[in-house]
Formats: sequence, structure tokens, C-alpha cells
Amino acid sequence: MTSSPALPFDETRRQGGFLSAVLSSDLPRSRVLSVVLLAILLVLATTPFVFSGSQPIGTAAKICVFIVLVASYDLLLGYSGIVSFAHTMFFGIGGYGIAIALERLGPTWGSAAIGLVAALALSAVLAVAIGLLSLRVRAIFFSMITLAVASAAAVLASQLSSLTGGEDGLSFQLPQALRPAFRLLSEPLFGTAVNGRLLAYYLVFFVSLLVFLTLLRIVNSPFGRVLQAIRENEFRAEALGYRVVAYRTAASVISALAATIAGALMALWLRYNGPDTTLSFSIMVDILLMVVIGGMGTMYGAVIGAALFVLAQSYLQVLMEAGSSALAGLPLLPNLIHPDRWLLWLGALFVISVYAFPGGIVGRLRRAVP
Amino acid sequence: MSDMAAESNTPAELPRAKTDWLPLVLIPALALLALPFVGSPSTWVTLTVAGLAMGMMIFLMASGLTLVFGLMDIINFGHGVFISLGAYATLLVLGPLAGWAQADSLGLNLALLLLCILAAMLVTGLVGAVFERVIVRPVYGSHLKQILVTMGGLIVTEQLIHAIWGASPIPIPLPQSLRGAFVFGDIVMERYRVVAVVIGIAVFLGMELLLNRTRIGLLIRAGVENPEMVEALGYRIRRLFVSVFIAGSALAGLGGVMWAFYRQTLTAGMGMEVMVLVFIVIIIGGLGSITGCFVGSLLVALVANYVGFIEPKLALISNILVMALVLIWRPQGLFPVARR
Amino acid sequence: MTEPLLQLSGVHTHIGPYHILHGVDFAIPSGQLTMLLGRNGAGKTTTLRTIMGLWQASSGQIRFDGKDITSASTPDIARAGIGYVPEAMGIFTDLTVRENIVLAARSGPVDKNRLDWILGLFPALKRFWNLPAGNLSGGQKQMLAIARAIAEPRRLLLIDEPTKGLAPVMVRSMIEAFKALKAAGETILLVEQNFYAASALGDNVVVMDDGRIVHSGAMSELVADKALQQRLLGLSLDAHQ
Repeated sequence: MTSSPALPFDETRRQGGFLSAVLSSDLPRSRVLSVVLLAILLVLATTPFVFSGSQPIGTAAKICVFIVLVASYDLLLGYSGIVSFAHTMFFGIGGYGIAIALERLGPTWGSAAIGLVAALALSAVLAVAIGLLSLRVRAIFFSMITLAVASAAAVLASQLSSLTGGEDGLSFQLPQALRPAFRLLSEPLFGTAVNGRLLAYYLVFFVSLLVFLTLLRIVNSPFGRVLQAIRENEFRAEALGYRVVAYRTAASVISALAATIAGALMALWLRYNGPDTTLSFSIMVDILLMVVIGGMGTMYGAVIGAALFVLAQSYLQVLMEAGSSALAGLPLLPNLIHPDRWLLWLGALFVISVYAFPGGIVGRLRRAVP
Repeated sequence: MSDMAAESNTPAELPRAKTDWLPLVLIPALALLALPFVGSPSTWVTLTVAGLAMGMMIFLMASGLTLVFGLMDIINFGHGVFISLGAYATLLVLGPLAGWAQADSLGLNLALLLLCILAAMLVTGLVGAVFERVIVRPVYGSHLKQILVTMGGLIVTEQLIHAIWGASPIPIPLPQSLRGAFVFGDIVMERYRVVAVVIGIAVFLGMELLLNRTRIGLLIRAGVENPEMVEALGYRIRRLFVSVFIAGSALAGLGGVMWAFYRQTLTAGMGMEVMVLVFIVIIIGGLGSITGCFVGSLLVALVANYVGFIEPKLALISNILVMALVLIWRPQGLFPVARR
Repeated sequence: MTEPLLQLSGVHTHIGPYHILHGVDFAIPSGQLTMLLGRNGAGKTTTLRTIMGLWQASSGQIRFDGKDITSASTPDIARAGIGYVPEAMGIFTDLTVRENIVLAARSGPVDKNRLDWILGLFPALKRFWNLPAGNLSGGQKQMLAIARAIAEPRRLLLIDEPTKGLAPVMVRSMIEAFKALKAAGETILLVEQNFYAASALGDNVVVMDDGRIVHSGAMSELVADKALQQRLLGLSLDAHQ
């Protein structure tokens, strides 16, 4: 019962060099996709030196965090075929773990570590509990129960204001090395001051990259293949001796842990955590949009989806503003392309994606000539 | 197939109709159990009536969803938007008939409420028909896609509500004579809640009658259990399903009106907010069971009210606790629906 | 020669990636009882489900009463006059025995005389008339399933393994019921594993193996030809008493 038959490895795994090893032999498999991914990586890696001002670096940090968040969600949705609505809860736990620890225990690396570990532990326990309570019965229970639990968590966070700061959230000090006043080098590098803010950005960048590559490794491991086998045919996988509930619960725990790390990074970057930045249901909707539009079950879809969505959030509205004022005077139409209605169009794109391009943008690019 | 083997072992004597009383006893037992903890009987009555009213509203909003699931194995995460839509549809009536709400006449006020309900059910029924055709029909058979696509439908429809009625919350006052409370000695019962209880019971009884006494009801119950066999008997289950989907959406609209007047504010997200309760209720009741949905609604609402009075901090998670306990007791819910 | 009531020609059926029926041809003459025999997995149930439209034939043609019903929907096929008793019986356990039968009479209230006749065939049902059908025993459920199929007059009955898992006494009363149905002139296609039950009832026999028809003809021929039985049905001959 406990031993599971090993699945054969992909032949391509044996070939390729360093790049293949880093990407767990799961290459983009499309020239356009490779170029886009490389461009995103380059831009994110150099943002602090290339762009000036606080908005681009903030946007870049947000993209990094959301890549991790969305990729970890893809592990559940795309690879395991289960829909969770509690992903923001784990995101929030990570954020609150850092925020509460740094606020209560002082701005040191030690307290950040304590906060992160405590958050990871809480996330793991909750993920196991939810998984065992709902996946045992029916997979759709999981969706409904995660929704219920996540909303209870959101209410709890806003009510326990002595701990969480309630609706206002918590602002806190970062460890010395991450503060804007901190200077690593006395001289600017390529015209950019190497300060704590820059270090914080690269902390977010490299941790995100590491977690993303780890997730990529997990989905390409025998474990990841079993998850996909379960997604394709639950009964056959069960008949082959895989314990479906155990595998799905494990996937939801891994996914929850990665989301917790993403939440911690978000809080570290913003020096603040509150319901609106990590816990709200609207972020959950955003994650769904990103993963589906980017491409479910591809991991790289998370990169494309997150980058596209965060950029759209920041810049699409400007475009719609222009369109809306151009159409002023007509009935309803200006309302439909009002900048606040950007979600309407992404929502429509989302529905069309599910019907017409189940593989999202990545699936689309891979099907085109490489 | 396994139940056949089990059945053939039972002795041939006359089997008795087994009614599952336990979950039904749960509600009065719970109410009685709460009495000593609440202390004052008058407070207890107030809490109970308020809880029943809340439960009835949840039931109205949840009943359609559980039927749609039972009949076609379709889970509609966009159900919440019909609640919002029903609530906003009251504006179609409240706009032109603002005078009726001010009038100090119970008859006019109730007529206004009824018109609101009618308008809401019409709007949500129509949108439900479109929603079924455009959003739901292409994804029969895949729960994953259903959840995603109906969520997408929810996002789009919510945004459309914003585009049509504006994004800021809209206050809607209760009609004049439905405000305030009936007071009997120490017992205080808000009038509107009494109205909600009456409407909730009426709808529940109506549904039970429809399901148990009419041919359509028989078909729905049979279809929940074995849709394929219903087709093999010559009934077009698609048509039946579309009607149930429309009826379910209209019921959500009705629930939305009641919920809107209870909150006295309209927001596009109000439906999705209450969906959490709705899901808890249909899980507790057993997916597909109307009776279970009714019992589950009352159970959740009463527990929330009693706990909220006795230990307010605990009330925030009381729903989850009730759900966890019920699922540990009966993993398929209070009234599991036999399926094939 | 008049056209048979039901005619399958070259019917192929796929279920998902699996190719189940490989060109099934046979005909059912009106007013007779045709037995469909074959090992487990031979494609008998798939054949019935394909006729009923519950699975779509991927190629070939099914004609019923002179009309092509190959791609008709299940309700339309039922309305054309085909009654179906699936292997799992498809009883609505939440409904009472009465409600099950009322529902089966699609065109209106069940005819009084017909109902008396049905309850005469299956007297047990009368005793449980107003009880949920879920309370019935396996054999009683099977009776209800057949009663439901004949609640209103049908041109053709498709019945899938009605004696499966039943006690011998139940099997005997089931055989009596089928004899009565035959006497009433019903046309029946009966899937059966039990060769003795089959040989006692069938006018004609169709034998399937591996998604194909391997024999069809009069039942009396097969009964008389032991070697043919041995070849077509193998050990199934000795497996039963």
C-alpha cells in the first residue's frame, strides 16, 4: 500500500546541460515563449538599475511575488486539478507572520525567521486539516470548504485587531540591512544607490526565483507526475495503488507553504501587511485570472500571467481612461470601458480562455510553430 | 450495485418506510439546549426568531443551488451574483414607486415588497436562462471547468452591475410599516424578520408540495437520483434542467430581495459575501437535498445567533465549526442524496 | 418478408478511447422474444445502451419500425416506444413504488386494467405500493423495474440481465413473468447469462463475443446443437445446474 510504482522519467531528462538541470528538464518548448520569459527575467533582474522612480521597482517586486503565488496555485489547479479558494489565506498567513513578528519582537532577522517559521507551520497544519476534512469526501467539497475557511480567516484577521491591526493592518520596521537609509556601498553602482531598498528588492527577486524553480522541480518529479495522473483519472490512479487523498493533501500543503513564503515577501517589500494586500477575496480572483490566462498546468503560465496582469493593473487603466473619455456622452458604453471596469474585460478574457484556450497563453504559444 | 447485494440479504417481510428523524430533531434540540445558556427566555425568543429569519433567507438563496447541483451535477460558483442581481432589481420597482414605500399603509408596503420580489425573480430568471446557455452548458461534466467558468461569469456579471448601477453602495430603506418591531412584554421581534420567516416557510412548503405532489416534482426528484433513467423513460431532462436552473436563479433573486432589505444597502459583492454561508449550508444539508438545505440553513443561522450572544468571539468561526462537526458525523451531509 | 421491428447494421460504438462494438448486425422480429447471450464484456450492455441512445454509435445504422434512430436522443427513442430496464435497474429509490410507476407512464395516468395486469404479474409490488422503492429487496426492485418498463404499452422492451444476483425462487417467478409478457405479444430483447433461463424463453438467440455477433438464429436450433453451444458459450453451459 505504501510503496508506489515509480513512473518512468522523461527521456529528455538525461539530455541537456545546466539550463536543463535548473529548469528540471521542463523547457519552455516554444521560441516565442523562451524569448518572452527571458525578457521578463532580464527586466526583473535589472529593474532597479534600468528604471528610475519607485513605481517600476514596486511593480517589479509585485510581479516577483505574484509569480510565486500564482505558480504555487498552479500546482493545485493545473497539476492536481483541484480548485482552492484559500490560497490568499496562506498568502495572508505569511504576511501576518512577518508583520506580527517584526512588530512585536523588534526589527531583526531573528524575528523575521521566527515569524516565517510560525507562519509556515500554521499554514501546513491548516492545509492538512482542510485536505483531510474535504478531499476525503469529494473534490468539489474542497472548493466550497476552502472558500468558507478562507472567509472565516479574513473575518478573524479583521476582528482580532489587537494582534493583526484589524482593517488598518500592521506597519513595521525592517531589519537594518533592508531599510532605505542603509548603504551597502558608499558609491552608487551604475548610477543607482546600493541601499537597503535595493537589497530588499533582490531578496524578493532571488527568493522568488528559488521558490519558482523548486516548484518547477516538484511538478517534474515523480510526485508531480502522480498528481497529474490523479488529475487525468482519479479512479485509475487509485486502482494503481496511489493514495489519492494523501497525494492531493501533500500538494495542497506544498502549495500553501509556497504561498506563505510569497506572503512573507510581500509584507517585507511593503513594510506593511493588511487585509487588502494579502487576504482579500479580490486577490483570490486575481490569482485565478492570472493562472488561467497565463496557462494552467504549465508553471511558466504563472510568469506570463502574473507579469501581464500586474502590468495591466497598473497600465491598462490608463488606456481605458482615454477610451472612456473619448466615448463620453454615449449611453452605458463609457461605463463599460471606465478604468474601474478593467476587471470586466479580464473576466471575459478569463471565460473565453477556459473555453477556447485551456492552456492559456503558454499553451497557445507552444502549439504555434516553435 | 453494492446496495443490491445488501438489499437482497434483508428478510422478505414488509419493510418499513425509514424516515431519518435525527437531523430534523436537531433544530428544536439545539434551540432547547441554548435556552439555559442564554438565560432570559425573552432574549431567547428574540434570538430564535432572528435566527429563524436569517436561516429562511439563507435557505431562499441556497435552495436553487442545491437543486441545480443535484439534478445535473453542476456546481455554480456564480450563483451569488443572482442574489446581488435580485437585490439591485428592486431599484426597478423602488424608483418609480418610491411613494409606496413612504405610505403608512401595510397593504401598500407589502404590495411593494411583492412587486420587488416579482421584478427580481423576473430579472434573475431571465439572466439565469442566458447564464445557463452561455456559461454553464459548454462545461457539463467537468467540475473544474464549471468552477472556473462560473467564477468568470460571476466576475463579469458583478462588473456589469457596477457598470449599470454604479460602483458605490446604494441605500434602500425598508417600507414604512415593515420597520420597527413587535413587542410582547420583554419579547422583541423585528417586523421584517417575521415577514422573512413567513415568506421562507411559504417557499419551503411550496417547494415541498411541488416536489412531492406534482409530476414535475417527481421528475426532479427522480432526475436528482438518476438523470439517465429519466431520459430512458422518455423525458427530456435538458428542458427540465433549464427550468430548474431558471427557477433556482429566480429563487436566488427572491433571496436577494429579502437579504437586501435586511441589510438595507446594495453592493455588487453582497451575493458573493453570503455565498460562503450558502455553501456551508448545502454541504451540511447534503448536496441536492432541499430538506437538508432547509435544516442546514436553520441550523447554521441559529447556532450563529446563540453563539454570538453567549460568546461573541466564537461566533466568527461557529459556521465552520458546525460544518466540521456535521461532516465528521455524516461525511455526505445530513441528508445524503442517493445517486445511482 | 416484412421488415423486422429493430435492425442494427454495422454498428460501432466507442466509449472514450475504447472501441467496444465492432460492427454489430442483427434484427429483432416483431412479437418475439430474442435472447442476447455472451460472456461478460462481450458488449451486450453496450449494445442495449447504444440502441437506447445512451451511448452514440460512431458508425452504422439502427432502424426501429422503419425509421432511422441511430442519432436520435434517448427521450425520442423512448417515445418511439422502446422500454429499457438497465442492468442496475435504475429504480428511483427516493420515490415510492407508486411514484416510480406513475412517472413511467409518460402519456398520462396508468390504465386501470393495465395496472391490474402488471400487479398480477408482480403481486409483491402491491404490498409495498406506497413505500419508498429503496426499501425493496433486489428481486422486488427488478420486478419494479420491469413493471415500470411496461407501465404503458411499448413496441419493444430492452431488458438487461434481469435474473442477475437473484435467488433461484426469484429467477423462477421472473421466468414466469416473461412467459406472460410473451403471451401478451410483447417484443422483447433480453440479455441473459443464465442459459437455462434463456433456452426456456427465447424464440431467437443472438450470441456476442468481443463486440461482434458470432451467431444468430432460432433458439431451438441452438438448444438442439450441443457442439454449437459448447463452441459459442464455452463453459457457461456447465457452470449452471
